[in-house]
Amino acid sequence: MSLFARTVLILALAFLYAPIGVLIVYSFNASKLVTVWGGFSTEWYGVLSRDGPLIAAALVSLKVALLSASIAGVLGTCAALALDRHGRFRGRGAYTGLLYAPMVMPEVITGLSLLLLFVGIGLDRGIGTLVIAHATFATGFVAVVVGARLKGLDRSLEEAAADLGAGPARVFFGITLPLIAPSVAAGFLLAFTLSLDDLVIASFVSGPGATTLPMRIYSQVRLGVNPEINAASTLLIAAVGLVVLAASWLTGRRGAAA
Amino acid sequence: MAVDGVSFDLAGGEFFCLLGPSGCGKSTLLRMVAGFETPDSGTIRLGETDLTALPPHRRPVNMMFQSYALFPHMSVAANLAYGLKGLGLGRTQSAERVKALLRLVRLEGFEARRPDKLSGGQRQRVALARALAREPRLLLLDEPLGALDRALREETQGELRAIQRRLGTSFVVVTHDAEEAMALADRIGVMERGRLVQVGPARELYERPASRYVAGLLGDVNLIDGRLGRAEPGGVRGVETALGLLRASGEGEAGNAVVVAIRPERLVVSGEGEGEGDDLSGRLRGRLTEATFLGDRIRYRVEMANGSTLRASAVLPASGPIPAVGETVAVAVPADAARILPA
Amino acid sequence: MRGPSRRLSQRLGRGFVRGLPFLWLALFFLVPFAVTLKISFSSPATAQPPYLPVLEWDGGLEGWREFFEALDFQNYQMIAADALYRDAALSSLGYAALATAILVLIGTPTAYAMARASARWQPILVALVIVPFWTSFLIRVYAWIAILKPEGLLNAALIKLGLIAAPLPILDSPFGVLIGLTYAYLPFMVLPLYAVMSRLDPALTEAAADLGAGRARAFFTVTLPLSLPGLAAGALLCFIPMVGEFIIPDLLGGSDTLMLGRVLWSEFFSNRDWPLASAVAVLLLILVVGPVVLFREAELRREEAAEGAQR
Repeated sequence: MSLFARTVLILALAFLYAPIGVLIVYSFNASKLVTVWGGFSTEWYGVLSRDGPLIAAALVSLKVALLSASIAGVLGTCAALALDRHGRFRGRGAYTGLLYAPMVMPEVITGLSLLLLFVGIGLDRGIGTLVIAHATFATGFVAVVVGARLKGLDRSLEEAAADLGAGPARVFFGITLPLIAPSVAAGFLLAFTLSLDDLVIASFVSGPGATTLPMRIYSQVRLGVNPEINAASTLLIAAVGLVVLAASWLTGRRGAAA
Repeated sequence: MAVDGVSFDLAGGEFFCLLGPSGCGKSTLLRMVAGFETPDSGTIRLGETDLTALPPHRRPVNMMFQSYALFPHMSVAANLAYGLKGLGLGRTQSAERVKALLRLVRLEGFEARRPDKLSGGQRQRVALARALAREPRLLLLDEPLGALDRALREETQGELRAIQRRLGTSFVVVTHDAEEAMALADRIGVMERGRLVQVGPARELYERPASRYVAGLLGDVNLIDGRLGRAEPGGVRGVETALGLLRASGEGEAGNAVVVAIRPERLVVSGEGEGEGDDLSGRLRGRLTEATFLGDRIRYRVEMANGSTLRASAVLPASGPIPAVGETVAVAVPADAARILPA
Repeated sequence: MRGPSRRLSQRLGRGFVRGLPFLWLALFFLVPFAVTLKISFSSPATAQPPYLPVLEWDGGLEGWREFFEALDFQNYQMIAADALYRDAALSSLGYAALATAILVLIGTPTAYAMARASARWQPILVALVIVPFWTSFLIRVYAWIAILKPEGLLNAALIKLGLIAAPLPILDSPFGVLIGLTYAYLPFMVLPLYAVMSRLDPALTEAAADLGAGRARAFFTVTLPLSLPGLAAGALLCFIPMVGEFIIPDLLGGSDTLMLGRVLWSEFFSNRDWPLASAVAVLLLILVVGPVVLFREAELRREEAAEGAQR
């Protein structure tokens, strides 16, 4: 690789990881100040483990993430299948637009509009509305991940199954689904992380007793840098790192399966 | 090692083919000449110029890519003109050169077309024309006819030869198709696992291959193991084989293990009692197991006493009666047809 | 095909698969826009919900008429009259455009370098770029506070190196917002661009070199034009959400960094003026949909021009 390319990559990656590095390092800083290194300490992790509201918020976030990612997984897979298999159906352009729009729409818009809908139909805000909101914007992401896998799928496998007497349902559940399963799982993980991370939409559609982790962190963070939050961030980063590893392992596996 | 100890000289105006199966290193060798791979040692010289250290865009060598690599976002004319930038041609001169190139490959009027609106054969011709735009002294072609169907391929082979002869440019074509190599090249270089194992005109390689590998590469051949007898005046000597004593031409030390190579079309198959004639090294006896009609010839499979099979073919219409399957037949091996190869 | 019943069940199955996500998204994405639009024509009230009028479903035709009469353009008039909203809109567009432009400049060499890396390294590089993308947005922006604030790392380092005497007020300033936007959206620019660049036939750049083009010329005449779809996708993927961005201006910008996302938020949460917030949302939506529509138009016109050149 040329020197230019190598330099660009190192600079870009340094830029991307500098803040993350800062967080991790300072979560172990005994001193509260960023510019002073007070020695290595896991004190803040201890504070974190005793922070009731924060842990409660984390549990809420996990619950919402699991539920919304499951829904998004099903919806996104269906949409990906429809786009890949159903050819030029009527309204395909609008369908695609509807699927991908929530991915780019500014979150304040989706958050506000969803809240207004919930209020309008008299739905109580809480975990339920959070799940609905997160599933809505995550569906597009799942569709992209699964759609990419579907495009590369060798159709002759399904055709062979049909030739040997399997009906459409059997072909789908016995052949197609196992082959795309790693991508569906990767999509699920992506939706899960997106839900865990969401602040803006959650702020709008959440209700009493359903404070999510980002909401809690945000309320702390508005007051300034907080070493306990550094510790929480480091844990989150570690968790995400594991999830990304799992997801890339899953999407990489298809080479062996197919 | 992809390419190992390869060395040869190319004459000006020569049409040369590198022949070998996939993985033999022929494409790597070609890319080294073009500048896309760097040899660990050795030099590449064009006339007096040493190309080895030059990057690809500064070599007076051009390449026609296997995938054609036509720039999809440019018209045919723009593709052809791409290489002309930096040559100091004015706009009119450039346009004229493009026109001449299109005429050369018989695609006049295609200037404004996009590559995705061309047929496979047309794309191939644009790729060729583009590679000739800078009038290189050496043109490298990576499996140029691979993507074409059979009929088109033969027609294009003729066109390629005609263009090469007209321009006088040296061509090096890489192919895995022996028939194509023989149709196109003045000389063929056979590669095996990174090494250049034999170089010569098609006829020489076909009739006097240096090894079983080369023999098998250029066409179907019967290979019979044996032990070499004493040297005799005249070049023809005996080889003791499982099928009996065969007479073949070639070199080697008496007592060596060798292989006798005979092309199917040289074997003469006839029913028992037929086919005399002099100059026969010997007539072998076997049972005809297959006689396949292939239009212009008939292909025989004869099972010999020791279980081995000889393949033979005869031109149609046959000069004598065609033996029936299951019959015992005589297989004559003319002495000049059998070649001694190292084991 | 084994008879009409089989075909019908297959069609029903397909319809279900296609329709399920469609219905969900129509209900939870499209309908809310209609509701927002309606509320943008309402007036605030101290009630639950805090707006008037509320449509009574059993009010009959009379109820509908009263409902529609109570709607007005008051909120939009307020937006048009107050320079705050215009400034916020322009400022949002400005930040988004500038940050997107910076990202194009940074992202293109980065994606190109990634695409040219060896086959062994590419998946690793992609994973390295993805990890920040999946890591909490909020946390990553928060981390910049620690770096950019007056007592933060950057200023401390610069002072120690003797480059400046007093800390630079990067935090709570437009620079902070720009840095934050550029940082947070870098993966969104790099990944689609990389996806396109890595799929280009490498023979194309080799052919360009073979035909005499040096590395720079080959990049600008072959690689870049063929990567434009990826570049456009990345630019849109960044620009659109940036216009309505809230977290970055809130955490890294000062009280004078006006962006529509913040305006909407404060109208909603601080002023409890839902109708006005809805009107701002509609404004933001128009601002955001505009570039997409223009982009589609340009794309269609480009395709038509290409067709025309054939004839």
